[in-house]
Amino acid sequence: MKDITLTINGRKVTVPEDYTVMKAAEGLGISVPRLCFLKGINETSSCRLCVVDIKGVKGLKNSCTLNVEEGMEIETDTDEIRDSVVQNLQLLASNHVFECWACEREHNCELLDLMRRYSVENIYGESRDFVKKNRWINDSSASIVLDSGKCILCGRCISACEMQSGLNILDFNERGNETYVGPALFHNMEDSGCIYCGKCIQACPVGAITEKSELDEVIAALRDPSKKVIVSAAPSIRVALGEEFGGKIGGNVEGKMYKSFEVLGFDEIMDTNFTADLTILEEGTEFIKRVTEGGKLPLFTSCSPGWINYIEQYEPQFLDHLSTAKSPQQMAGAVSKNYYAEKLGYKKEDVVFVSIMPCIAKKHEADRPEMEVDGVRDVDYVLTTREYARLLRRKGIDFMSLEDGHPHGKLVQYSGAAPIFGTTGGVMEAALRTVSEILEEKETPINFKEVRGLEGVKEATYNVAGIDVNVAVVHGGVSIKEFFKLLKTSEKQYHFVEFMACTGGCINGGGQPIHPAIVQDNIDIRAERARTLYEIDAACEKRKSHFNDDVMALYKEWLDKPGSHIAHKVLHTHYNKREFYKN
Amino acid sequence: MIERAHVLICSGSNCISRGAKSLRDEFETHLTALGIREEIKLVNTGCVGLCEQGPFVIVYPEGVFYAQVKNKDIETICKEHLYKGRIVEKLVFDEALTQDKQVKSFEEIKFYSKQTRIALRNCGLINPDDIEEYIARDGYRGLGRTLLEMTQMEVIDEMISSGLRGRGGGGFPTGVKWRFAYNNENDQKYIICNADEGDPGAFMDRALLEGDPHSVLEGLMIGGYAIGANKGYIYVRIEYPTAIEKLHTAIAQAKEYGLLGENIFGSGFDFDIEIRLGAGAFVCGEETALIASIEGGRGMSRNKPPFPAAKGLWGKPTIINNVETLANIPAIMCNGADWFSRIGTEKSKGTKVFSLGGNIKNAGLVEVPMGTTLRTVIYEIGGGIPKNKSLKAVQTGGPSGGAIPESMLDLPIEYETLIAAGSMMGSGGMVVIDEDNCMVDICRFYLEFTVEESCGKCTPCREGTKKMLEMLNIISSGNGTLEDLDKLEHLAHMVKSSSLCGLGQAAPNPVLSMLDKFRDEFVAHVVDKKCPGGVCKPLIELQITEDCIGCTKCAKECPVDAISGSIKQLHSIDVSTCIKCGICKNICPVDAIISV
Repeated sequence: MKDITLTINGRKVTVPEDYTVMKAAEGLGISVPRLCFLKGINETSSCRLCVVDIKGVKGLKNSCTLNVEEGMEIETDTDEIRDSVVQNLQLLASNHVFECWACEREHNCELLDLMRRYSVENIYGESRDFVKKNRWINDSSASIVLDSGKCILCGRCISACEMQSGLNILDFNERGNETYVGPALFHNMEDSGCIYCGKCIQACPVGAITEKSELDEVIAALRDPSKKVIVSAAPSIRVALGEEFGGKIGGNVEGKMYKSFEVLGFDEIMDTNFTADLTILEEGTEFIKRVTEGGKLPLFTSCSPGWINYIEQYEPQFLDHLSTAKSPQQMAGAVSKNYYAEKLGYKKEDVVFVSIMPCIAKKHEADRPEMEVDGVRDVDYVLTTREYARLLRRKGIDFMSLEDGHPHGKLVQYSGAAPIFGTTGGVMEAALRTVSEILEEKETPINFKEVRGLEGVKEATYNVAGIDVNVAVVHGGVSIKEFFKLLKTSEKQYHFVEFMACTGGCINGGGQPIHPAIVQDNIDIRAERARTLYEIDAACEKRKSHFNDDVMALYKEWLDKPGSHIAHKVLHTHYNKREFYKN
Repeated sequence: MIERAHVLICSGSNCISRGAKSLRDEFETHLTALGIREEIKLVNTGCVGLCEQGPFVIVYPEGVFYAQVKNKDIETICKEHLYKGRIVEKLVFDEALTQDKQVKSFEEIKFYSKQTRIALRNCGLINPDDIEEYIARDGYRGLGRTLLEMTQMEVIDEMISSGLRGRGGGGFPTGVKWRFAYNNENDQKYIICNADEGDPGAFMDRALLEGDPHSVLEGLMIGGYAIGANKGYIYVRIEYPTAIEKLHTAIAQAKEYGLLGENIFGSGFDFDIEIRLGAGAFVCGEETALIASIEGGRGMSRNKPPFPAAKGLWGKPTIINNVETLANIPAIMCNGADWFSRIGTEKSKGTKVFSLGGNIKNAGLVEVPMGTTLRTVIYEIGGGIPKNKSLKAVQTGGPSGGAIPESMLDLPIEYETLIAAGSMMGSGGMVVIDEDNCMVDICRFYLEFTVEESCGKCTPCREGTKKMLEMLNIISSGNGTLEDLDKLEHLAHMVKSSSLCGLGQAAPNPVLSMLDKFRDEFVAHVVDKKCPGGVCKPLIELQITEDCIGCTKCAKECPVDAISGSIKQLHSIDVSTCIKCGICKNICPVDAIISV
């Protein structure tokens, strides 16, 4: 590729010809303000904050999509530009509801950051002479809340929905000054076909789209002496939570996480990694049964509730392919209440089960009517990674200086197969480790590296006990759509397919810490977090789910064997075709 | 049989709305009753142009110009003029009558004699539903010459040397634009006719589409050939049902005559035209929003570059030309670039169509050579201001343009001079503003329009125009300060320089030009708390002058009984009750009520 030399603020810089002016400036350490630009996702140049002055060109031009040209002379910080940025920020601020202390994005709001950097006076918003737009809050779903009072109409959520979920749930409604973001035709989120992958939330520069918070309920439960609060965190929380406190992206904070549970006063700590192993035994057994006894193939995994939302709404004719095993979250709640509570001397009705999840669809999953046993809900509250970090901040806990904690309960142990549930390919690899060993009745390999990585659809064939098992791993709404096209037309007999609604899997879930656009542009956050999960796996002494002693003890003491009657009652579920845009 | 008289009935939308729809039936009835139906040819034409005086009936061979014709007048015209050969003087347009009662022909009327009609060459003269009438006036000759005698590059060169510039407002040289698309090699290219006319009060494009649709089709085909596109779209707003109907008819006829479709004139050139309807959003006249709309998306602008000529409709090289631009093209290809470039000025060639409106006698459609002065257009063609009021300003370029004060009326109409005067050519709206208007109020009017029509994509346009409007509201309510004027100007400059598309970049123009040229009026609002135009209600009081004749009309009509006075006595207004609705002012027969 050709190199281009241009001048930015009087400094010469040589960059490849496909660079934008913004990127070239970044290379010089010049930070150009931006709100709408999210590389590869939203390149609409609508916020007008990244404007620069090109010598010889009239007016200011946005630098985010402006290609470099030989000999270009650019200024990024003239009085006119600074004034333009300040005025546009004033305009954006004029309708913004500044409740920063109560906002989920208080610590990483991109608007607030720019307001600080440019020391912007909120001349319109603070004046009674100017009209504020009506605030419109769409909180009809169990998972997600849209708040037009915070929205700056950058369109990042809309593009993320289109490019990452492939479903185009969100769009601009109305026009001009009346514009607001939401599902088309004033529909509420619950009836919009949304799968709650939360890519919109992660794209949002402010707090205009958030999970529906259950933080206050959890705090109330912790205060209530009559409640026994059990907490359990998903595999991918430990590789992301630290980021909320300035830790390195993908850093492993498992020990601090356990410790923080103690500090907050949870009555019992379990780990969703435990039920990830349990899931492998249930789902793996189901797979073996379908292959050996002739059941519906391919078997589809069922851990990702966003994926469940997808298939129920968009591909319901395939519902009988789904594994009936509940997700690790639901199993965790069900095992805690229906088995472990008694061991701890708690009445299961008194137990409040709190799940810390990387995901907002988990809230919707916990809310599903069928997710209970004998009238006792499996999971009471679901907090996202972000909400949990917020809880810690509210309690004044200095997370990064906590020492490592070591919970000693019987629902904590995990094999290396469990943490990798948090990344695309992980559930498949974990299942293959156990399934192959059971079918071959001898020790089989640990690594199935073909299913790892960030490619949208991964396929592999493994010969297991004489059968060529065709597996596929699919993540992200766009790839799911693509895969179903393939599935409907291809002659190939797939045996086992892993689906996750989020690209990259749970590590990139809609409940995970959010990074500003500039960080998202330059670092593949998914890869960083996934790498740590594989490191955790590699460091485990036991790396196959059926070697988890406490899981095996659970079968011995209570569940009998995978797929048993009691296992079915407590650990399995069913799915329903769902329609949207009904009204 | 050869008819001895031709009767042209203006059937443009303006005349139709003034009752022209049934005129033809009246003619049919009365001519038949008189037994002379076969001797007379009736032609429904497009817009004649002098809309203020419509509906029109023009009778040839004399060229008698009947104005404000009503159903009941047709019988008289038939019996007197067509049967007995006596011109019905009382129905003739008054400016067509000389002082000694001689009837001037249609072309001799000042309104027309000062015009040069190229784009409008057929409007009002032919039946737009009949392709043969178009062909009879050299229609499709330019296309024939293009396809049979010229290479693509020769057509582009001809267009460049003609000096034709985009008539939609931007004024970019058409030939140069074509050359960009020609040079961008691609297996598929498109050419689009932008018929999404949206300036308030402008109807040049509608009149052209209704009155001479084939000229637009022919222009589109010539452009298509030049750039290498074999597919054309006409993007027309759904509020133009007659134009859409005429276009459909014209396309069908052109196909029937082999002038549109495959292997046109045996040249090997194929071309197809599809009509796409817009829902009436002003922003869809902006070319990137128009493309988004044709593609089925929301009408929202896109960033340029890439320009449509490189990456336009469905990512293919695309040229978008305005209706009037296209209507000029067949005439250029027929008569040659030299002929065209002799008309107009050095940098602005040819003519420009304006829809003349506001406080003007002869409101309507006029086409003048570039370089004509505003004064000529307003006073000679337009007939000046009604009631002998004085002129305050002329607004060109609609909501994207600016106001030109009386002192600059001798400015020649050219792209550059209008920009230098703080306005722009625009697509052709020309609104005359008399002394009874308030410039702050007119700013508010245009800002309300842009706020309403902003697509909402970029910050400065979506939020900035709204805040500008709110500031204007503060000023017109008398609550503003001098500092507010500076703040308004400051914000307007920012919106202009940092908006994403032409709509936002031009939206502050009315404010900026009026603050520049009429700052005194703004100052009067914020310092003296007065509205010199007598328009902004919070700042005015209605008073009755000594001229009052005591007719009591105002007292009877006042909705709040604020006017007292006995018959033939001087009346007075109780200002504490008065709601300043202005009804009294409008009905006073002697203009004795004034706002101060």
